[in-house]
Amino acid sequence: MLATFVSLLFDGLGYGMLLFVLSVGLSVTLGMMNFVNLAHGAFAMVGGYVAITLMHHAGWPFLATLPIAFLAAAAASVVVERVLYRRLYRASDLDQSLLTIGIVFMSIAIAAYVFGTNQQPVQLPDWLRGREVIGDFSFGVYRLFLIGAALIITVLMVLGLDYTRFGAQVRACVDNQRMARGLGLNVDNIFTLTFALGSGLAGLGGALAIEPMGLDPNFAFKYLVYMLIVVAVGGLASIRGAFVTAALLGVIDIFSKYYIPQVGSFVLYLVMVGLLVWRPAGIFARR
Amino acid sequence: MTMQTAGAAFNPQQVLRAQVRWRLIETIFWAATLLPFVLTPNYLVLCSQIAIAALFALSLDLLVGYSGIVSLGHAVYYGVAAYSAGLIAKAGWGEPLTGLIMASLIAAAVGFLASLIMVRITHFALIMVTLGLCLLMYEVANQLHDITGGDDGLQGIRMWPIFDMFRFDLYGRTAYVYTLIALFISFLAVRRVVNSPFGLSLRGMRENARRMPAIGAPMRARLHVVYVISAFFAGVAGALSAQTTQFVALDALSFQRSAEVLVMLVLGGAGRLYGGLIGAIIFIVARDQLADMNPQYWYFWLGLLLVVVIIFLPNGILGGLARLVSRKGRLS
Repeated sequence: MLATFVSLLFDGLGYGMLLFVLSVGLSVTLGMMNFVNLAHGAFAMVGGYVAITLMHHAGWPFLATLPIAFLAAAAASVVVERVLYRRLYRASDLDQSLLTIGIVFMSIAIAAYVFGTNQQPVQLPDWLRGREVIGDFSFGVYRLFLIGAALIITVLMVLGLDYTRFGAQVRACVDNQRMARGLGLNVDNIFTLTFALGSGLAGLGGALAIEPMGLDPNFAFKYLVYMLIVVAVGGLASIRGAFVTAALLGVIDIFSKYYIPQVGSFVLYLVMVGLLVWRPAGIFARR
Repeated sequence: MTMQTAGAAFNPQQVLRAQVRWRLIETIFWAATLLPFVLTPNYLVLCSQIAIAALFALSLDLLVGYSGIVSLGHAVYYGVAAYSAGLIAKAGWGEPLTGLIMASLIAAAVGFLASLIMVRITHFALIMVTLGLCLLMYEVANQLHDITGGDDGLQGIRMWPIFDMFRFDLYGRTAYVYTLIALFISFLAVRRVVNSPFGLSLRGMRENARRMPAIGAPMRARLHVVYVISAFFAGVAGALSAQTTQFVALDALSFQRSAEVLVMLVLGGAGRLYGGLIGAIIFIVARDQLADMNPQYWYFWLGLLLVVVIIFLPNGILGGLARLVSRKGRLS
């Protein structure tokens, strides 16, 4: 009983950490530009498909594909930002949502056209498979890997935001964009770079997610909801908030699917709506 | 809206009355809705789909176009009414008209309950909550398999003939007449609403949400009312679809349904009564033509259409046309 509980908790944490990597970029960019980017999941999908292609067709090892997944998603996002998003920074929420939904629709169709609609099979290296048994408890090795990776990313991001010049610029833009502009910061460039970093992280998350979540063309939509929950509940531009929310979300999701499977994702949505009504700006809102 | 010249007293009643007046092009539009009986009698089923989608888009226009409230979950009211209409018929009351009204009232009630939440939040949180409620209702309908049929949809709906005379036929003739009349009556009602002082206050809210309370318009009360009206007409659309197809798919509550109706509205032009109608016609006809190839690729064209419309035609097709016409008028 306890063993199941602990290993579920652990699985939930691993899942939550994956959600954190997938969504943290969205949190920062949304807080910075107030741009409703519903296409974040599409960038994650780019990373996933790049990793799969490299592994299957070029025979790359899994770990080596991760940085390429990051770069590919970041590059794709810069193009989309420069060509499309830039025109809509002052537009309404509705226009921004619709434009990005349009991009998601297109990405789904393109993925289906190029890779087919089936789930992509993935073969992880041996050292990432199986379970580690310690006493009564057993832990999935890949979950351990995910938690480790997420912790490293979190530490890097927090340090980067708090102690580098670029981090200070990003914080300035999030806190007061007009003031930052007035002080001579090139907000557009800072945003493009932040956006690329955030989408790159999503791409990395997409590559990491192939095994636990599965990769098919609907990925861009299926997990968008989870990403949005992390951002909306965690509060815009709050890394700490995103971290805690993602961990909670992963645990709640895994537990409710195990103990009350007949309710499905109902609990999750209910919790989300409840939290948003209670604190519309998110529970860890900076503003 | 015309600017008043100096000296002439501003008379709001006159402005509203000028907007209410029927124009020739509107009469032509509605007359043209009868053409399918003559020109494309084999496509009447598709035509009633268009009429239903147009009504659905019209109901959303009240929120998005006139009040400036974004909703990614409008399918909630559509789906609730569709299931209600189906379940009322299955429970043994297959009379279409009363069933339609009952189901729409249920949707309006849901709209009122939802508005209790919605009026408290704005911006990103509002988008998320509308989406969340939609997902929530979808999940509920999916899990209540015994009542809704879950994934298989609600089957075995039997409708009685309208007025005991007009049976729902295979060619969709009755269905199209029925949906068209419902659409027209609803359109008249919505037209009346947006051109009333109440409608003006909605537009005021859209333009400046801080100023309206300052000049004495109670925002929250107005929002409750517009949510109820919008949900009611979305409900009419949902109930019509259940009654004419005698089937309700789980899809009626899906996020895709909510997204599609937004696309139609924005495509045609939000904040104009005919925007949703024109958008629905183009959308459904295009889908019918393109989806024959492969439903997966249809999404590509849909996405491209959205991007193009948002970037190049921010006010939709009707907005673009209006700009063309006014530019021409200035030149001549």
